Amino acid sequence: MPRLSLDTPAIEVTDLRKQYGRLEALAGLSMTVNRGEVFGFLGPNGAGKTTTVKLLLGLARPTAGSGKVLGAPLGDLATRRSVGYLPELFRYQPWLKAREVLTLHGELIGMPRSRRRAAADDVLQRVGLADRAGDLVGKFSKGMQQRLGLGVALMGEPALVILDEPTSALDPIGRMDVRGIIRAARDRGAGVFLNSHLLSEVEQVCDRVAIVDHGRVVASGALDDVLGQSETQVRVSGLTPSDLPAFEPFGPATLEGERLAIRPMDGERVPELVNVIVTMGGRIHEVRSGRTSLEQRFVELVSRDRSIAGTPAVPEEPPS
Amino acid sequence: MITIARLTIGEAARRRVLWVLVGLALVAVALVTWGVDRLVALIREQGEPELQVKLIVSQLLIFIAFMFTFVLAMTAAFLGSPAIAADLESGVAQALLARPLRRSSYLLGRWLGLSVVVCGYAVGSGLLAILAAGWVSGYTPPSLIVPVGFLAMQAIVLMTFALLLSTRLAPIAGGAICVVVYGLTWMSGVLGNIGTALNASGVAAIGDIGRILMPTDGLWRGVVFGLEPSVVIATVGGSTAGRANPFFESEPPSPAFLAWTILWLALVLVAAIRQLQRREL
Repeated sequence: MPRLSLDTPAIEVTDLRKQYGRLEALAGLSMTVNRGEVFGFLGPNGAGKTTTVKLLLGLARPTAGSGKVLGAPLGDLATRRSVGYLPELFRYQPWLKAREVLTLHGELIGMPRSRRRAAADDVLQRVGLADRAGDLVGKFSKGMQQRLGLGVALMGEPALVILDEPTSALDPIGRMDVRGIIRAARDRGAGVFLNSHLLSEVEQVCDRVAIVDHGRVVASGALDDVLGQSETQVRVSGLTPSDLPAFEPFGPATLEGERLAIRPMDGERVPELVNVIVTMGGRIHEVRSGRTSLEQRFVELVSRDRSIAGTPAVPEEPPS
Repeated sequence: MITIARLTIGEAARRRVLWVLVGLALVAVALVTWGVDRLVALIREQGEPELQVKLIVSQLLIFIAFMFTFVLAMTAAFLGSPAIAADLESGVAQALLARPLRRSSYLLGRWLGLSVVVCGYAVGSGLLAILAAGWVSGYTPPSLIVPVGFLAMQAIVLMTFALLLSTRLAPIAGGAICVVVYGLTWMSGVLGNIGTALNASGVAAIGDIGRILMPTDGLWRGVVFGLEPSVVIATVGGSTAGRANPFFESEPPSPAFLAWTILWLALVLVAAIRQLQRREL
């Protein structure tokens, strides 16, 4: 396997573009994923997430732009020894046993024969399939096949692990296990590229995120930076929209029915806000203050992007 | 490439394709043995000379081989046509090709593995049937290698064509096209032979073109030649009826035709590799 420095970015792409006929699946994607971090890649359906994964793995060729995976150009054959991949459509040879699937992938990445079985058993243990090592994959449930796929991605301790919707078929216990596996991979220095729709999951495990829409990044950075804004919501009666200017010193305010929302707003100023509302004759029923959830931020960013682009709410899917 | 070839053979064994083929071959050989035995007994009861036995058994073997080539063609077509397409449709290929595995190695591995399977089937069944018929009748063709060799080549040619289709088309479509093309080529060969016998150059050219586009008919001629006793070749030889008969051949396929067949295989494999390399997964 190539000797890799921890300073070498796991993924580095610049102005990556991909055109499928008239459909622009990627419109100048730029991002960097470091070793030793979990990077969440988020976006609505058809945003270009799976296309990005295929370009990173050399399964498709970019129309323009450039990129490096573990310091080597996109599609470099030798580098793929150090890249583990769990596809969104996880299907493995149904006529092979679970251990055989893993030893096959061990063989393909050039692992010595003497190490393959032990490595496969270790991975099966980690993904919770140790007792099913000798069972045919065709008899596995979807969840078990996804666990096996995760095991395939972890074979050979890759420096970069690309996971495309890794928990789509798992129950809550399985999802918790996967979060533990992802953190363990990061802790041993691997870069983890996590493509997921499950925003709560991304929020729990990712160090940095990028939100993509229409094939380009609309927001990226450390999770705290992307979510950054905290907001305060008050369920209040006795106020009218004409009262809103009184709340401007706290931040931009909106009033929808009985729900007053001020975002961004420093949580330390909540007692002051309560005092103002009471003075104005408002009756407070509930006060909530905290950081914007990733889901809220995601919806906000994507909606804003679409209103600028003037595009429909449901984008066309690129061909697979 | 070897890893994928081994995987392909393993798949044929695990999915019981191999065992079904072995079982069918044994049933077919048992029926051939019984049929030849009864026929030979009948001829001998009528006091016919041994030369007559030899002639009838050789014609029977050619007829059996003719039917077997259709079975072989179907087997080769329906093993080759899903080999790449089904893997791409299911996502199995993407998981493999995300590894340090060249698309050319993947395709050649599939081809090599399937070649072993179809060759094994063709050679095993062919040899067993000829030897069993020889055991009960006393007639074995002048060479065992020639007829089974051409049978195996025919299977490889069809499987390779099916593999090429598999890089672009769905399994069912590829298999159906492969079988139809095989049938059309065989018919063009028959027409071409009639044209040659009647000195109709235009009709004769149909056979030549067919053999160039798809060498299966020319290879079938090699099977026929290999199963005939030398006395038949010497007697029927260059007669008009002999040249027009699709179950008779007076000469083995020419070295030029064999060289073209090998080149054809190489060209089709290169085309299949290029198709797969160009394809966005």
